[in-house]
Amino acid sequence: MDSVVQLQRQLVDYTASLFHEGFLDEQFNQLQQLQDESNPDFVVEVVSLFFEDSERLLNELAKALDQQSVDFKRIDAHVHQLKGSSSSIGAQRVQKVCIAFRNYCDEQNTEGCLKCLQQVKHEYSLVKTKLETLFKLERQVLAAGGSIPLPI
Amino acid sequence: METCNCVEPQWPAEELLMKYQYISDFFIALAYFSIPLELIYFVKKSAVFPYRWVLVQFGAFIVLCGATHLINLWTFTIHTRTVAIVMTIAKVLTAVVSCITALMLVHIIPDLLSVKTRELFLKNKAAELDREMGLIRTQEETGRHVRMLTHEIRSTLDRHTILKTTLVELGRTLALEECALWMPTRTGLELQLSYTLRPQNPVGYTVPIQLPVINQVFSSNRAVKISPNCPVARIRPFAGKYMPGEVVAVRVPLLHLSNFQINDWPELSTKRYALMVLMLPSDSARQWHAYELELVEVVADQVAVALSHAAILEESMRARDLLMERNVALDLARREAETAIRARNDFLAVMNHEMRTPMHAIIALSSLLQETGLTPEQRLMVETILKSSNLLATLINDVLDLSRLEDGSLQLDLGTFNLRAVFREVLNLIKPIASVKKLPVTLNLAPDLPEYAIGDEKRLMQTILNVVGNAVKFSKEGNISITAFVARPESLRDLRFPDFFPVPSDDHFYLRVQVKDEGLGINPQDIPKLFTKFAQNQSLATRNSGGSGLGLAICKRFVNLMEGHIWIESEGLGKGCTAIFVVKLAILECSNESKHPFMQKGPANHGQTTFSGLKVLVMDDNGVSRMVTKGLLVHLGCDVTTVSSSDECLRVVSLDHKVVFMDVCMPDGFEVAIRIHERFTKRHERPLIVALTGNANKVTKENCMKVGMDGVILKPVSVDKMRGVLSDLLEHRVLFEAM
Repeated sequence: MDSVVQLQRQLVDYTASLFHEGFLDEQFNQLQQLQDESNPDFVVEVVSLFFEDSERLLNELAKALDQQSVDFKRIDAHVHQLKGSSSSIGAQRVQKVCIAFRNYCDEQNTEGCLKCLQQVKHEYSLVKTKLETLFKLERQVLAAGGSIPLPI
Repeated sequence: METCNCVEPQWPAEELLMKYQYISDFFIALAYFSIPLELIYFVKKSAVFPYRWVLVQFGAFIVLCGATHLINLWTFTIHTRTVAIVMTIAKVLTAVVSCITALMLVHIIPDLLSVKTRELFLKNKAAELDREMGLIRTQEETGRHVRMLTHEIRSTLDRHTILKTTLVELGRTLALEECALWMPTRTGLELQLSYTLRPQNPVGYTVPIQLPVINQVFSSNRAVKISPNCPVARIRPFAGKYMPGEVVAVRVPLLHLSNFQINDWPELSTKRYALMVLMLPSDSARQWHAYELELVEVVADQVAVALSHAAILEESMRARDLLMERNVALDLARREAETAIRARNDFLAVMNHEMRTPMHAIIALSSLLQETGLTPEQRLMVETILKSSNLLATLINDVLDLSRLEDGSLQLDLGTFNLRAVFREVLNLIKPIASVKKLPVTLNLAPDLPEYAIGDEKRLMQTILNVVGNAVKFSKEGNISITAFVARPESLRDLRFPDFFPVPSDDHFYLRVQVKDEGLGINPQDIPKLFTKFAQNQSLATRNSGGSGLGLAICKRFVNLMEGHIWIESEGLGKGCTAIFVVKLAILECSNESKHPFMQKGPANHGQTTFSGLKVLVMDDNGVSRMVTKGLLVHLGCDVTTVSSSDECLRVVSLDHKVVFMDVCMPDGFEVAIRIHERFTKRHERPLIVALTGNANKVTKENCMKVGMDGVILKPVSVDKMRGVLSDLLEHRVLFEAM
C-alpha cells in the first residue's frame, strides 16, 4: 500500500507542479471532472486527439511559412485552430504563444511568425512530454491498485 | 287784181347787203346749231354735270335762235306768207325761250360762281391735309423709332450697351449732329462726359454740377432748350459757318438701389441725374419741334428705367456670385472637416490597433519570460517591464475610451454585478500601494447599500479606482477614507450644481461615494481645471506623480454617462481634499440570487442539475474543442450529436434537437443560424441556437443577435457554467452573457 500512496502523492505533486508552472490551467481540471465511470478515459482521449491535431497543424504551419509568398490568412486559420484546441484542454502556455502568433499574422510579419512557430513547437513539445509523464504516473497508480485522486 | 299773200319786205333789197346778211345768217345758224351739238357731245362725255336742265334750255334757246336766223334767210326775197308766219312763230318762241333762259341764268350764274369758290376752298383744304398727313407720318415714324429704341434699350441689361444704343438711335432718328451723355462723378460735384455719338470728342472732360443751366435742366423733367455756348454743349470746336444748331438738354434720373424700399417709392429729392445733350446739325435751319422734345423726354425716362434694371441685375448677380463662392468654400470646409474627422477616427482605430498589437506582444512575451528561469535581477527587470507595459496598455485604452466618449459612441456595458465586491476589489488593489506609503485606507459601506446592482461594473470600478488612486497619489500622510451609501433624493438636489437633476424613481438608486484624504489638497481656484483633460495642476506635479491628466476627465465622462455628477472639495493647499461622486444605478429586481442567470462570481448556482436525454447538436470544426464540448454535455446527461461542418449540421439538425451549440468562428457559422431559422419557423418548435466563441467583443455579440441566435457563450466553458447556461436557456429561452 505504501507504494500506492507514494505513487499517488507523486501524481498529485506532479500535477500541482504542472499547474504551478503554468503548463496547465483550470480547463484541464474541468476535463478531469468530466471523466467518470461512463467515460473513464475521457482525458486521455481528448489529449491524444490534441496531440494528433497539433502535430498536423504544426506541420502545416511549417510548410506555409516556408513558402516564397506567405499566405497569412491560412496561417492565421491554423493558429486559430491550435489556439482553440489548446484552450480546450487547458494548455495555457501553448495558448498564450498562439495569441502572440496571431498578432504577428495580423501584421504579416514573417520573422515574428517564424519565431512564434519555434516557440509554439517548443511549448508544445514541453506540454506533451509533461502530459505523457502524467499519464504514465496515472497508469502506474492504477496498475498498483490505487485510484486516481480527484482534483481538489 | 288779186292781192297776193306774199309779204314784201319793207325796204327794197339791195343786192350786196342782202348777200352779206344772207351769208351771215347762214353761218350764225350753222354755229347756233353746232354749239348744242358740241355741248351735248361734251356733256355726254363728262359723267357729272348737274345742270342738264339748264343745258337743255340753253340748247333750245340756241336752236331756236339758229332757227330764226335760218328762217331769216327766206325773208330776204319775196317769201310767202307761210314763211312769214313761221318766221314769226320762231321769233316768238325764241323770245320766250331767251327770256326764260335769261331768267334762269339769274339763278344759275351765282351757283356756278360759288362752285368755283368751293373748288378753290377744297383745293386749299386738300393741300392743308396733305401737309398734316406729312407731319403725322413723320411723327409716326419717329414714334416707331422711339419704340425701336426703347426695345433696343430694354433688350439689354448691360449699362454701356444701353447708353450707347440710346445715343446712336437718337442721333439717327432725330438726325442729330451730336448727342452726349454727362454722368455725375462719384463725388457728385461734377459731371463727366461719359458717352458721345461721335468718337473724336474728348471723353472724360468734366464740368462742375452747380452751373445754372444744369440746375435749370435738372429741376424740370422736360427737355429744355439750352444755349449752344454753354459748357455742356460746347464739347468740340465749332465747325459750322453760320449758326450752331439748336441744343436741347434733358435730365436722366439715375435710380440708386438703396432708393427702393419694399413699400415705398423712391424719394425724388435724393435722386442723382445724368445729363443728356442733343444738338441739331449746325447750319441747318432746323428747329426743335414739340414732338421731338417729347420723344427725347420719353427716351430719357426709358433710359433711366433700363439703367436701374441693369444696376439691380448687376447687384443681384454679384450677390449670387458671392453666395456661390461662399457655398463652395463652405462645402470645401465641410468636406475638409469630414475628412479630418474620418482621418482622426481612422488614425485612432489604426493607432489603437497598432499600439495594442506590440503591447500585447510585449505583455505576452514578458509574462512568458517571467515563467522562465531568471535571476532575481532579471526577474525585477521583467516585472518592471510588465508593470510599465500594463500601464501603457491602460493609457492606450484610456485614450481610446476618451475619444469614444467625446464622439458619444461609448455606451455603458450594463450588467448585474456585486456592488460591495467592487469596493472590496478596489481596496485590495490599492492596499499594497497605500501600505508602501504608510497610508491607512478605510472602507465604510452603508448597511443599506444593496449587494447587487445593475450598471457598468468595469467603468464604475475604474472611476472609484481613479479617485482613490488620486487620493493615495497626492497624499504623503494621513488617513484615506472611502465611504459609500445610498443618497436620498432630497439631499441630491444641490443648488451648487444647477445642471444636475436627479430624478428619483422606483427602480433606480443613487450611489454616493466620498473619498477623503488628508494630503496635499488643492487650491479652490484650480478645482474646475481638474476635470479638463491634459491640464495637470502645476503646483501638484511632483516627479513621482505620473499620470497623464486624463483620469479625472474620463471619470467625469463616465459619471455623466451614468447620469451622475462628480466634484471635488478642498479647503486649500495642505488641507486635504474630498472627492465625491454620485451615480445612478438600477436596483436588482429579484431578490433570489441563486437562480440569477448573469452571475459569474458569487455562489454557484444549481438549477437543473441533469438534463437527461436532452438532445443537443454541437457544431465545431476543431476536433479537440468538439470533443471537450461533447464531453461537457455528456457529463451533464445530454444526448449529444456532433458535426464538424455546416453542411453536415444542416443535414442532421431536426426538431428533436432542443439546442444547437455552434462555434461561430467557423466560416459559415452565421449562415447556418439563418438557415435553421428559415427551416423551423415556429419559435417554440425550433431548436435554440447558442454561439460558442472565443471572441469577447460587442461586434460578435451583435452579429449573433442579428442572425437570430438565442444565446452567446464565451469559450472556455466550465462544467458549472455549462450547467447554468443550459438551465437558463431552457427556462428563459434566451441567454446573452454580458461581455
